[in-house]
Amino acid sequence: MAAELNSVDEARDGLAAASYLADEPTALVAFLAFKLAKPVLVEGPAGVGKTELAKALARATGRRLIRLQCYEGLDEAKALYEWNYRKQLLRIQAEANDAGWERVQDDIFGEEFLLSRPLLQAIAEDEPVVLLIDEIDKADQEFEAMLLEVLSDFQISIPELGVVEAQSRPLALLTSNNSRELTEALKRRCLYLWLDYPDIERELEIVRMHAPELDAQIARKLVEVIHMVRGLDLKKPPSIAESIDWARALMLLGADEIDESVLQRTMSIIVKHRADLDVVAERAGVKLQRGRLAG
Amino acid sequence: MAKVGDFPGGGPPGFAARVLELADELRREDMRVGTSELLDAFTALREVPWTDQEDFREALAATLAKSQEDRRTFELVFDRFFFRAVEREAVERGLTEERFQGAGDRLDLDDLRERIRAAIRGGSDGEMRDMARLAIAAFGRQGDGSGVIGVDVQRIRRTLDLRATSEAEAAADSVPRERLREFERHLRRELERALIERTRSFPPSRPLQDFERALPSGPLRDLAAVHRVVAQLKRRLASQGAEQRGRRRSEVVDVRRTMRASLETGGVPLRLKHRPRRPRRPELYVLCDVSTSVTSASVFFLSVLHALHDSFRKLRSFVFVERISEVTDVFERESSFAAVSRAIATDAGVADVSGYTDYGRVWLEFLEQVADDLDPRSTVIVLGDARTNGREPYSRAFAALAERAGRTFWINPEPKLYWNYGDSVMSVYEPHCDGVFECWTTKQLEGFVRAITESRPRAA
Repeated sequence: MAAELNSVDEARDGLAAASYLADEPTALVAFLAFKLAKPVLVEGPAGVGKTELAKALARATGRRLIRLQCYEGLDEAKALYEWNYRKQLLRIQAEANDAGWERVQDDIFGEEFLLSRPLLQAIAEDEPVVLLIDEIDKADQEFEAMLLEVLSDFQISIPELGVVEAQSRPLALLTSNNSRELTEALKRRCLYLWLDYPDIERELEIVRMHAPELDAQIARKLVEVIHMVRGLDLKKPPSIAESIDWARALMLLGADEIDESVLQRTMSIIVKHRADLDVVAERAGVKLQRGRLAG
Repeated sequence: MAKVGDFPGGGPPGFAARVLELADELRREDMRVGTSELLDAFTALREVPWTDQEDFREALAATLAKSQEDRRTFELVFDRFFFRAVEREAVERGLTEERFQGAGDRLDLDDLRERIRAAIRGGSDGEMRDMARLAIAAFGRQGDGSGVIGVDVQRIRRTLDLRATSEAEAAADSVPRERLREFERHLRRELERALIERTRSFPPSRPLQDFERALPSGPLRDLAAVHRVVAQLKRRLASQGAEQRGRRRSEVVDVRRTMRASLETGGVPLRLKHRPRRPRRPELYVLCDVSTSVTSASVFFLSVLHALHDSFRKLRSFVFVERISEVTDVFERESSFAAVSRAIATDAGVADVSGYTDYGRVWLEFLEQVADDLDPRSTVIVLGDARTNGREPYSRAFAALAERAGRTFWINPEPKLYWNYGDSVMSVYEPHCDGVFECWTTKQLEGFVRAITESRPRAA
């Protein structure tokens, strides 16, 4: 059921059908990435839906999602491929006596003994996939350099085997939290998309889409509180996922109004630092009280 | 292969050239637009209708601007470029526009003020533009402006009594800062349009100013930026020596782990296991001047300190004016920046009588209290302007502490131009430092981070 994204509108509708409300730039970049077969570098604060975008794209296009989570010290063996030593050794032992070295050597460096890791999987797949390289800024610079070959030519060189070329072009998404500057070479190969926290109306739509049973009034109040909380000096401002969690929690609790006591009880869903909790309790509580008096 | 200028969608003639001109202007604003980016842009433009302004702009942005800062620059340059392109066309064809004339007499000024405020708070782009024109007609005394657009903009803003606040819920007669900036941009543009029309000539394009290019920000955003740079500093310091690890210099084989691994391969030690090299723990001593001569900078410095404390565990921080005072525990106790600066302002006890910095005394006190803890693995960072207010600089004391520490860096919040003028004695301390940097923006802070982490430690 592989679907195509043939125009910006189709991209937007496709993403919406996969429960991702994309704004105009996002839809356009998704469409361009699909059309030009170029990787996309998505940057933005934590929790604005960068990873979710990749998942939604996979759903929208009916492709399989292959995910590579980056971390410090990630190397080729974990990202590209690795030789299956044990199997190779068994092979050598099985043939030890009656086969010549030449034959064994040819044998043990065949595809049979190759363990493919996410990047190799992504390009060796017959059907095109969506490749998500998550938090690329966490990986080392050397790893970035290694990615260049994969991302621009969609091929991987394995010294013993030769070059493995892509059977299909994956739709690649790289996400970054901007914790370090990425190299120019990598950026040059990518389309760039900056995702920021959505405005109130869009976030309201998102919350209502994921928690449709929540009362419209409360949903609006909730989004307004979230936006106010984001404006405070917090260590970790609440993400979109957390507003959705909060909406669901309120639904389960059957809350019919967001007042100070409800906020006090459920605050830990949106704020995850002890110091932040104090700030929010102090500031948001006051505001809610004033709002009630005025209302 | 199709030529770059061919657009299947049928762009107007000279269209490709215009895009190239735009790219040229972007380069002039220090964006790195390479040929490969341009080729991407043209490929992308083939896929989107060039008549749809938003799609056109986004397609160019996605292919040309590769960071948030670049994106901001792109928007400004894009607007300016196409605004000027239209105006140039108008000048060439001798077109003029009908304007509001003498509207000031008929409009109630207070009413106009109110309407403009309402438009700034919640109006669309078009409404803001209309209001900007109205304001120019009413208050700008069209035709005899000062000739300097920036002055006119400020005069109109004052006449309108517009004040900005960062908090959305503040007083009734103020407006959000971002929206006000937007309004000023409209004013500027309309004034520019009027000027072009009046003089029938086309002024040279003006490079972007730093304040325009800066991302929309408040103190919180800045704090976040500082934290990001410091996080980067930490990563760099932590991974220092990685190149040595890569070369396997003086690596030690871990026999136990190698034997264990060999069990997998039937007792043949195929893979050697090495004992991991422990990267050396950076040990930081930060001395921060909080006197009045660096008032504007000390907020920045304190936020640097604050961010450092979030990232480093082996960090001792000191603030000084006339005397030095260790504030490590303040930072450890208080996690919010506001609380920290309050605590330091009230009870650090650094100002004695005059409130003027006394660098000499600070070095002597530091030597006396802390110098025993300094060793070649420690890094000392001084944040200050080196203005001694005419007191004895005691460079020997400073030299002694620089000698004991592995590395010493000085960050000065003043432009290099002002160093060693007046009572600044930067040149006295400079020879003892491993590096001195001018630094009052996060960008320069990044430069500092790069410089200190790239240079090899002296005592490695």
